[in-house]
Amino acid sequence: MVTKEELKKVKIPKAKELIHTENRLAPGHRLCAGCTAGTIARLATLVTDPNDVVIFHATGCLEVATTIYPYTAWKLPWYHNAFENAAATASGAEAAFRAMVRKGKLKKIPDIIAFGGDGGTYDIGLQSLSGAMERGHDFVYICYTNGAYMNTGIQRSGGTPMYAATTTSPAGSVIPGKIQWRKDLVAIAAAHKIPYIATASPAAHRDLMTKVRRALDADGPAFILVDMPCPRGWRFPEKDSVKVAQLAIDTCYFPLYEIYDGKEYVLSPKSKAIANKPERKKPIEEYLAAQGRFKHLFKPEKRTDLIAKFQEALNKEWEYLLKLVNL
Amino acid sequence: MTKAVTSKAKRIGMTGDEAVANAAAVINPDVVAAYPITPQTIIVEHFSEFVNNGEVDTEFVCVESEHSAMSACVGASVTGARVFTASASQGVALMYEILFIAAASRLPIVMAVANRALSGPINIHGELTDQTVCRDTGWISMFSESAQEAYDNTFLAFKIGEHPDVSLPVMFGLDGFILTHALEGVSPLDRKFVKDFLPERQMKYPTIPGNPVSSGLLALPDYYMEVKYQQELAMEAARKVIPKAFEEFGEKTGRYYGMIEEYQMEDAKTALVTMGALSGTTKFVVDKLRKNGEKVGMIKVKTYRPFPGTELAKALKDVEAVGVIDRDLTFGAPGPALYSDLKTTLYNYKNRPQIFGFIAGIGGRDVLVEDFEHIYKQVLNLKGTEKPVPIEWVGLRK
Repeated sequence: MVTKEELKKVKIPKAKELIHTENRLAPGHRLCAGCTAGTIARLATLVTDPNDVVIFHATGCLEVATTIYPYTAWKLPWYHNAFENAAATASGAEAAFRAMVRKGKLKKIPDIIAFGGDGGTYDIGLQSLSGAMERGHDFVYICYTNGAYMNTGIQRSGGTPMYAATTTSPAGSVIPGKIQWRKDLVAIAAAHKIPYIATASPAAHRDLMTKVRRALDADGPAFILVDMPCPRGWRFPEKDSVKVAQLAIDTCYFPLYEIYDGKEYVLSPKSKAIANKPERKKPIEEYLAAQGRFKHLFKPEKRTDLIAKFQEALNKEWEYLLKLVNL
Repeated sequence: MTKAVTSKAKRIGMTGDEAVANAAAVINPDVVAAYPITPQTIIVEHFSEFVNNGEVDTEFVCVESEHSAMSACVGASVTGARVFTASASQGVALMYEILFIAAASRLPIVMAVANRALSGPINIHGELTDQTVCRDTGWISMFSESAQEAYDNTFLAFKIGEHPDVSLPVMFGLDGFILTHALEGVSPLDRKFVKDFLPERQMKYPTIPGNPVSSGLLALPDYYMEVKYQQELAMEAARKVIPKAFEEFGEKTGRYYGMIEEYQMEDAKTALVTMGALSGTTKFVVDKLRKNGEKVGMIKVKTYRPFPGTELAKALKDVEAVGVIDRDLTFGAPGPALYSDLKTTLYNYKNRPQIFGFIAGIGGRDVLVEDFEHIYKQVLNLKGTEKPVPIEWVGLRK
């Protein structure tokens, strides 16, 4: 049994060691320029032992772009089943490995990672994920959220931010894009009282890798929600992906934190710095203005009312998180 | 407490569901992932008891839906594990999406289907439509006439599906309530038999640590067709593997099966053709009619996929008229599942009977001896007609 305190001490190798580690996601995949899904997948798998890990994948950008038959960019054992069932698929594999260990055919249950996008996790795959977390399978679910069904052409999901224009929530003359706030997927995961949950960002790469390693070391299910800036869907220049990810942290739209046992909330360094010095918190307007999906909030006229509403909702969310951290 | 029957004993009273649960216990699969649904529940309930009483080594994943049941089966099976599940009706319908993937991934998962009518209206009783609608999924599909046959099919399904030339999932049906809940004498098998008949599954490219193989890839128009054609080749290979598996099973147990079973067909001029539990009553009616001098026989179709076309054509070459009794539905089609397949199969044969279709036993409606006698009379009446004859819904309330 890995205790919570032991988990908090889990560290990853130093950068100078990691740069000599072979990438498990080979170049030549067909992700878009500036896409951070590949970055996330590389960072996450860099802290695994290639001989002791198995990857399961939901249908989505990362899956489609890395495994077009007869090619694969993956240097790890990898299986894709369908869109909504990466968690159920991984849970079946975990059960099989458990049986193999019992029968002496395998030394230990390997690290198991299931990747899914926000469409495959917030929406169509939520039941499958909930079931797997409730049953307590020892695996890590990494949801990379780009806040829409990017693979099928930028349709809204339960993870799409308020006011974002998508092809199914367009910025119309009457309705300004998506009108609902995003679903609090992390809170849903926390309600399952699983040993480890975290949010992560490609703008905090060592933090992301550390969290993946902690998630893998935890006994039982672990869930990581990773912000995944998408130049195509969010409408920003390809070179700005990490900058946009950083803005999401700085504006507290995507705060970084961990949850142990579904109840102990711990802020990660970048968000903790903001909590300690609130003046560091940037206005949401900066985040919104950086992305074309929110351009209707600025042109033809600036919608200060909507921007203020967004800021207000966000403030409440951040304050609530701080309460949870200080419980 | 229900004890698993894992030793070769004399005949033991079991319901069809109990028989399947006991067969699964003897096989002792690595993983069972299942979700309860009437009339399949007894299978998962009994199996859960076997797990919790330590009578099997299986990891039982009690999932939150059938969609996840089949998804977990797929996840387990890609590691090379031996995997079993059971479902029915709505449950099979919910799995539908993943059934195709299981077959395309060439995973020999075995599923017992406690055949039940599909909603709506909601109904829990026997009908084969839940399985016949899976005909295009790429699964091998068999039916059972009795609890004994359901029991035996559990072993046969693994034997056939895991054969390296086949490597396909296999489902077998047992009519809801009629077989699932009726008590019959079943001759059990033991683990020694399994060790001999079902050696460990060998998987060529398992998703296991240290084996960097990608599977479940995106195949675009340049390769998709070839992948699907390989599935067809696997089905064709199954045509050769299945009779051998039946033969070996027969030699070891004394219970012989065929892709079709011919009953009283030697000199038959008329034949009734059906699948599943209706076969038993059909045989009884054939015996009764034979006593009155009628030259009638019956054919039971055991393997629905691959469809035993050649075998049926051979068995029916000297027959004048056939009545096909389907306990399954399709709408706006030339006819129900078995009828359509049989008619299509025989069209190009020179010596072929006339074929008339009957739909019976829908939603668990009783099919009585008189109904079969009526069907037989209708076939005799219709024989020789040159007009198209609509499918008759037997016993329909007017």
